[in-house]
Amino acid sequence: MAWIILIHAVVGFLIIGFGESLGRRAVYPALVPPLITLGWLATRLGAVVDGDTLSETISWVPQIGLAFDVRLDGFGALMVAIVSGIGVLVLWYAANYFPRRQYALGRLFGLLVLFSGAMVGLVVADNLLVLYGFWELTSICSFFLIGNRHSSAPARAASLQALLTTGLGALAMLWGFVLLGEAAGTYQISSLLADPPRGATVAPALVLVLLGAATKSAQYPFHFWLPGAMVAPTPISAYLHSATMVKAGVYLVARFSPAFVGVWIWRPAVVALGATTMLLGGLRALRQTDLKRLLAFGTVSQLGFMFVLFGMGTDASIAAGCVLLTAHAVFKATLFMGVGIIDHQIGTRDIALLPRLAQWRPLSAVLIISAASMAGVPLTFGFIAKEAGYEALLHSGTRFGGLVVAVVVTSSVLTFAYSARLVHGSLWAGGDPDAETAPADKEPSMAFLGPAVVLTGLTVLFGLVPGLLDGIASAATDALVHAVVGVHLAIWHGFNTALGLSAVTIAAGTVVFLVLGRIQPALALGSRIPDGGRIYRGILWGVNRGAGAVTGVVQSGSLPIYAGVVMLSTVAAPASALIGMPWDGIFEGADAPTPIVIASVTVVTILLAATVGAAVIRRRYAAALLLAGVGYSMAALFVVQGAPDLALTTVAVESLFTVLFVLVLRSLPERFEQTSPLVGRLFRLVISASVGAVVFLFALFAMSERLPSSTSQEMVARSLPDAHGRNVVNVILVDFRGFDTLGEITVLVAAAIGAVALARAVRRPGRPPDPPPEVATAPESPTGPFAAPDAAMEETDVRRLDGIHEGVEP
Amino acid sequence: MMRRLVTLDQTVPIIFYVVMVGSLYMLFAGHNQPGGGFVGGLVAGAAVSLRYISGGIQEVRSTSRLKPWTVLGIGVIVAATAAVAPVLIGQPVLTSGYTVWEIPVLGDVALSSALVFDIGVYICVVGLVLMVFEAFGDRFEKER
Repeated sequence: MAWIILIHAVVGFLIIGFGESLGRRAVYPALVPPLITLGWLATRLGAVVDGDTLSETISWVPQIGLAFDVRLDGFGALMVAIVSGIGVLVLWYAANYFPRRQYALGRLFGLLVLFSGAMVGLVVADNLLVLYGFWELTSICSFFLIGNRHSSAPARAASLQALLTTGLGALAMLWGFVLLGEAAGTYQISSLLADPPRGATVAPALVLVLLGAATKSAQYPFHFWLPGAMVAPTPISAYLHSATMVKAGVYLVARFSPAFVGVWIWRPAVVALGATTMLLGGLRALRQTDLKRLLAFGTVSQLGFMFVLFGMGTDASIAAGCVLLTAHAVFKATLFMGVGIIDHQIGTRDIALLPRLAQWRPLSAVLIISAASMAGVPLTFGFIAKEAGYEALLHSGTRFGGLVVAVVVTSSVLTFAYSARLVHGSLWAGGDPDAETAPADKEPSMAFLGPAVVLTGLTVLFGLVPGLLDGIASAATDALVHAVVGVHLAIWHGFNTALGLSAVTIAAGTVVFLVLGRIQPALALGSRIPDGGRIYRGILWGVNRGAGAVTGVVQSGSLPIYAGVVMLSTVAAPASALIGMPWDGIFEGADAPTPIVIASVTVVTILLAATVGAAVIRRRYAAALLLAGVGYSMAALFVVQGAPDLALTTVAVESLFTVLFVLVLRSLPERFEQTSPLVGRLFRLVISASVGAVVFLFALFAMSERLPSSTSQEMVARSLPDAHGRNVVNVILVDFRGFDTLGEITVLVAAAIGAVALARAVRRPGRPPDPPPEVATAPESPTGPFAAPDAAMEETDVRRLDGIHEGVEP
Repeated sequence: MMRRLVTLDQTVPIIFYVVMVGSLYMLFAGHNQPGGGFVGGLVAGAAVSLRYISGGIQEVRSTSRLKPWTVLGIGVIVAATAAVAPVLIGQPVLTSGYTVWEIPVLGDVALSSALVFDIGVYICVVGLVLMVFEAFGDRFEKER
């Protein structure tokens, strides 16, 4: 099973690396992994439907019980079928959607394959930490796919928003996983769910896990990232942001629900979250004129429905959840494809601007049937799912069951209304009498419609003969509840309450759709409901402001202050080490004037003269040359003391630095200005004096410490036998302390790039040296927090973030 | 047009190669005698600065066909590769081995794999010097 995931990774990276020249034809290699996955699944499906599970374990870090556990059971098989099946169709669709050549098309297809592999990994993972890893991989793929057109500021802002939101939720989830894993003593999901842990930490752990699931599956109040993600090309919206990735949270809730429904917080929390999301998502969908955003809010609403069903945790509701999950993947992917086709052929997807498209018969059929499935009209797959959902909720036997049924039916009324609005708006131009008719020459080809037609066929097939799904639905449900339930889907269950509710839904939905124009002002009030998006933008704004404030304080821009801080810190640590040291005997030295001492005294005299000269002289060039004199005197001192290697390095460094010094000094005045006040000069004098005194004393103490230093002696001793070098200094640099050297040259590289960027940024033609003036707006847009992705604010954010990088490009 | 000194123009090309040879000697001798990649790179940098003194930034740019940042990157990659390569044969990072080659004239020469790492350091330092000239060297071209 692991090899399936590996194939996705290999093919994905190959396409990213070498597929750019293929352009749109990169779709052919991209199709290989999902097709292999489907073929592999087909050979295993029979056994899985019979109740078998396949599992594999690859040991990873056995010390902490981390293993790459994968497991395929009924529910996993259903998810793999959705992920790879929709994947194949979306790739087929994308092959017609994109132009033959487009920027970064190879990367896009490669990322789609990588995402597909990560998603398959997520649904077969049988270890909490492995699942977390795949979870984050899907978020990262989503980030790159939403931001594929990285030259567009809204795309960058939307991808960052999606990544930050789902990423923060995932961190909370990881925390919850660790709490659960420690409470259970195992991170293996199957054994953890078979014997769920009990204890004080379980409830908080579940809340944390739920945070992750809610952010990923766009539950209120974290739903805001999903409509924003609609800036991505339509194939990506159809695949990641409706059919698969956003189901990851639902998947997790489905897995956990049967085991943890007994924990007091689980059912109320999940069901309340789902019901709120379902209702609010439906309300928001009714107000959209952009067809993709309408569908996005529809997805939010349907995900809420799935949370309600799986959160209830009864056998029947989980079975209904599995059916709804499948039905939703089928009809929502189709609708996205249809809207993408309209966008592609006409150039807009705004209801107000579209012509009448009803003459395009095949497209109309696809849209009408899939929208009917979303609305729950009989003889479609969606009806079977919704009916099963109603039935399960009516007989849930919980205290608040009645309230849940009321909310779900109300939301379904809204679902019917926005489905009708989608069809009416896209095919009949929203009833606008002035709208033009569709240009016949732009009618989409059957090849373009192909994948949508296939999915529509499934909607009809499973709507008419739902019994076909009994096997896989039963296997999925049995795998989740660890019992043999048996699911029997049928169109007709006789006259019962669920059928009545369906009738009410359709009737009321029709009424809502007909009076939609009149209740728009009332719906507009819905935008007053606070939204996570406002909090998100507020946090982002606050972080930027905070960073700006901190930088303003810490980075004063004054070189003397920087130097003073650096020097005082350098002095503080050795000085504190000197406290309490014995003072006797540190001034002992050689008694007689040996030649070495005489030479040293001579060199030191020159050195001191050069030092004092450099400090008092007023001409910059002269000061630089005197500093060089200090350096060369040091080199001479090294020679006298018998360290040729150090002397050589010092001479080389000094020569080079003198040249560079002169290079930079040309841009400065010839003399030092004499403007610094007396206090400032005194302060600098104190700092210099204390640095000198501490370094002097420290050197004395270090030399008086006559104990043999074992490290240095051992390095000298082992230099030749171990490293085959007689030059100990070099052996230390490249061998004993090679890691340090590697780190140092890396820092050098970073510093050099920074220096070049800074020096050039000021001089770039046509670009002002100062950063562009910041647009300091409050974290609200003039159109209110519910408006389409707040362009103004997001642009500002992007510019602030980009400002950091300005001038980095050479 | 910048003023040029005939003496510099005539001597710098010769001195440049002499100093470069010296820097390479330091690089390769470094394991056993004073020298090494860092010092060697600095000496090569001094040679480059000689060219700058004689002919300005254009003269420095003509030193290497590669861009300064490319040189810098190659240096880091060489050093990092030398550091990580032992992992591929199951040894800890930065393990070094050595062989003795018998080279005519020079006799037995012990070659340590740490030399590759040192070469990376050398290239890095040269790249750094080129970068500094690239950053600040052309600032006064117009005034000269």
